[in-house]
Amino acid sequence: MLEPAAAADEGDPGPVEEPVLWSPASPSAARPVAARTLAMSQPLASTLPIPEGQEDTSPDLSPYDEGAVHDSFHEIIQEQGLQLRELCLGGKEPLAYMPPLAPGAEAWAKPECSWEHPEYSAATLRILASMPSRTIGSSRGAILSQYYNRTARLRRRSSRPPLLQTSRAARPSLRQYDLELDAGHAQEEEKRCLLVKELQSLPSSQRSHLLLTMPLSLAQKRSLRQDSSGQGDTLKKPRRIRGPLPGCSQVEYHLILGVRSTWYGLLSSLPTLQPWHYALKQIGGRFGSSVLSYFLFLKTLLLFNLLLFLLLLVFVVAMQAAYPPTTPARRTFMGLELLTGAGSFTHTLMYCGYYSNDTLNDPCILGPSSVRCQRGHSRLPYNMPLAYLFTIGVSFFITCILLVYSMSRSFGESYRVDSTRGDLAMKLFCTWDWKVTQRRSVQLLQDNLCTQLKELLGELRDQYRPRSLCQQLHRLAVLALTWALSLGSVLACVLAVYYFSEHMHRVQQKSWEQHSSEMQEEAQLLALPLVVSLMNLVLPYVYSGLGTWERQESPVLGVYVAICRNLLLKMVVLGMLCYHWLSRKVGLSGDKCWETSVGQELYRFVVMDFIFVLLDTLLGELLWRLILEKRLKRKQRPEFDIARNVLELIYGQTLTWLGVLFSPLLPAIQILKLLLLFYIKKASLMKNCQSPSKPWRASHMSTVFITLLCFPSFLGAAVFLSYTIWSAKPSETCSPFRTLETIYESGKTWVRRLEHSGPSITWFTWIHQHLVENTFFLFFMSSILLAVIYLKIQVVKGQRRIIGLLKEQITNEGADKTFLIQKLHSIYAKQEQRT
Amino acid sequence: CPQELTFLTKQEILIAHKRFSELVPKEERDQILSARVPKDKVVTLPELRANPFQHRICRVFSTADVGDDSLSFEDFLDMLSVFSDAATSEIKSHYAFRIFDFDDDGTLDRKDLENLVNCLTGDADGTRLSTSEMDQLIQNILEESDIDKDGTINLSEFQHVISRSPDFASSFKIVL
Repeated sequence: MLEPAAAADEGDPGPVEEPVLWSPASPSAARPVAARTLAMSQPLASTLPIPEGQEDTSPDLSPYDEGAVHDSFHEIIQEQGLQLRELCLGGKEPLAYMPPLAPGAEAWAKPECSWEHPEYSAATLRILASMPSRTIGSSRGAILSQYYNRTARLRRRSSRPPLLQTSRAARPSLRQYDLELDAGHAQEEEKRCLLVKELQSLPSSQRSHLLLTMPLSLAQKRSLRQDSSGQGDTLKKPRRIRGPLPGCSQVEYHLILGVRSTWYGLLSSLPTLQPWHYALKQIGGRFGSSVLSYFLFLKTLLLFNLLLFLLLLVFVVAMQAAYPPTTPARRTFMGLELLTGAGSFTHTLMYCGYYSNDTLNDPCILGPSSVRCQRGHSRLPYNMPLAYLFTIGVSFFITCILLVYSMSRSFGESYRVDSTRGDLAMKLFCTWDWKVTQRRSVQLLQDNLCTQLKELLGELRDQYRPRSLCQQLHRLAVLALTWALSLGSVLACVLAVYYFSEHMHRVQQKSWEQHSSEMQEEAQLLALPLVVSLMNLVLPYVYSGLGTWERQESPVLGVYVAICRNLLLKMVVLGMLCYHWLSRKVGLSGDKCWETSVGQELYRFVVMDFIFVLLDTLLGELLWRLILEKRLKRKQRPEFDIARNVLELIYGQTLTWLGVLFSPLLPAIQILKLLLLFYIKKASLMKNCQSPSKPWRASHMSTVFITLLCFPSFLGAAVFLSYTIWSAKPSETCSPFRTLETIYESGKTWVRRLEHSGPSITWFTWIHQHLVENTFFLFFMSSILLAVIYLKIQVVKGQRRIIGLLKEQITNEGADKTFLIQKLHSIYAKQEQRT
Repeated sequence: CPQELTFLTKQEILIAHKRFSELVPKEERDQILSARVPKDKVVTLPELRANPFQHRICRVFSTADVGDDSLSFEDFLDMLSVFSDAATSEIKSHYAFRIFDFDDDGTLDRKDLENLVNCLTGDADGTRLSTSEMDQLIQNILEESDIDKDGTINLSEFQHVISRSPDFASSFKIVL
């Protein structure tokens, strides 16, 4: 299947078939012909100042493969016309190296013949074959590419049979031919020496980097390196043992060997210690890069949460755990706490309300009044409110920087100028996923690619057929309806959440007044998260249904639209919930902490989200597969919907970021959740799903996801946090910020205290006053950012224009080439006519 | 040390050594560096077993004199280096070009593209493109990527197409 068929279709003037690929037999069969053509071209060389020495410079196209040259130029020749008619000399020099074509050679004699087999003389063909554009590697430096040509030719030369095997008749010219090749070989040596000299002049690190990027085989690179550095063979064989080193005893020698072998054993097992290395390889091997991107995104989120958790653990949680404040008596543990987060969890390290608002470990406070403040003591006082505020602020700042950095890096990797055109060629060359190792997955990939190609071809055909007015109106109507439905559903959900939350609040007030059982109270708390999670589960399926009804022009657009609708739903519902929490600050009674209750709500939301994701996996994947297999008897399995799953991850992460101020241990819950999710999703994927059939540009979509993580998700959480810190009044009886007007005041009082403590700190307070509190600085930074963005856009526009100009230039060069080829051919043909 | 001349890390070279020695018969395991593994054994590797380009890969990376497409350990390392994470996009596109060039003539002409499409879409009955579709496909591809209009795609044009796709470097990977 992979070798081109050697048989040509005789009656059919199709493109010329290439001769059989490199097998030792073919050169010898073709040699007599080549010798004849060479003999004929020798006199020509004397008349035309064509550098004959270059004839042998083609590594891949020898005179034996002239058919390939024919094939590539037949289209150009078709456009030429009259000039060729003169040169179509019937049967004069059949290219006998392709015997099957001999019967068809008469077809060339006819004047109205199809110009697919133009008669080029062998000399022309040889020159064409030696054109630099045909020789691989011509894009690099001249010496490098030439060296590559030489070595490739060396490789080919060594596959030809030795001289003795050729027939007698061809020997004299053949010998001459070989001499020419030998001359070429001498030139090769020269060029190699040049290259070696070039390499010697470079510093060694640059040299090894240059060698690394050369497309040569390892042996050739090694010999180059040897020559250029003048060292001996330094190939280290990991298993081969050299003689004992001088100056070592036998025992030391064996010890060193033993240590080295264990070290190598450790090194070879090190990559497997990387978290999930084998699991990710398994997923990539079976499902390809698209599904793998979901799991890589999960890994990224895990890292962000780990960072958040570590900072909070070290600076806030551990400190408070070491110096616990006085708290009311703990309630007994009931199972429901894991779901509701209330009950015995209320007055623990989990929630903001537990943390003390004074300085921990202050030597002046502890101990009886007779003990003086011992300043020189090793105890360090720890200002809890300040630590709490700063840790949250710093961790958000670091997360922001990391997000922006990874977003810009992902964007840089995935954005290409002019990447929207040339879809078909890109799809053919770039979409094959080499990671896939299972036979069935490979078949699936092939099926998908075939479908996509057929779809693209159909689209291209339809482009030229404009749609009728009726069809366009119909399409517009369908689009309008689907968007109206989705926006309407979002509005309906938001209103439902609002009224339901109000209703639940009233119910809770009533039950608190009536002193109903704690179990009932806490169960009522679960109602709102349940409803919200149910909406988040059901509506995405509705949207994907709407999407299939709509049938967008390109499947990529369909994915974008689905993401847009899902995101809108989730973010608007979260916005409504945030408003609800902040407006209900005054809790059920004066005693309760609103911070703790908001923290508990967010804990409940996170847990409910996890439960519903599990439910979704169970129903959507396992159950659906069983239904498809058993009831409907279809071989297809449910597809893994990457976009929906990633949006669920983003939603969960937004909840964590919203809640971290009120519940410092929430990142730990999220870490646990993500770990469990990885294994559950992987198991379900392996058993139940197949890879998506729609085209999926993995790096582009990864950029989109991380952008979505940064912009609506993180930005929304940061805005909520800033509003809470700057404007929300902390509750009277709990939280580290009890007695202050706003949370931010703790920072301000600290700065004021610094000011009073000494005149040398005034620069700090000045920075605080003029940079942080003054908005001018912010406007200044934003305007600089906008200017930079504008400059970059202009640079990209300029690059696009340059690409267009260069393409025009290349087309012109191609036209020049065609013209010169024609002239060359006409000259040779006239020479042959004369002789 | 081969580590400096390939894009592989030391661990990866060691793993490659282990996997290669499994392919070599027991008698030759001591001289693993001079052993050559025939093509039929190389394609039994799980990473290459289902790859439709397995024969082309062996052909391109083999430095065997006799043209039987057998791989030595260095050829194997070469192959893993090109398919590794750290290899540059240039090297990858270079070797991808050579793999797709079924007739080894230095350019991708119509026949090469036809072979490529057949390889990518598989052999099953339902998936082959019809002749007219194939012609239309190749026509469009040449229109899109053949800049100098000579009817073939040479290395530079190929690399230009590849440079427009950011997914190529991450999909052109084989990891042991």
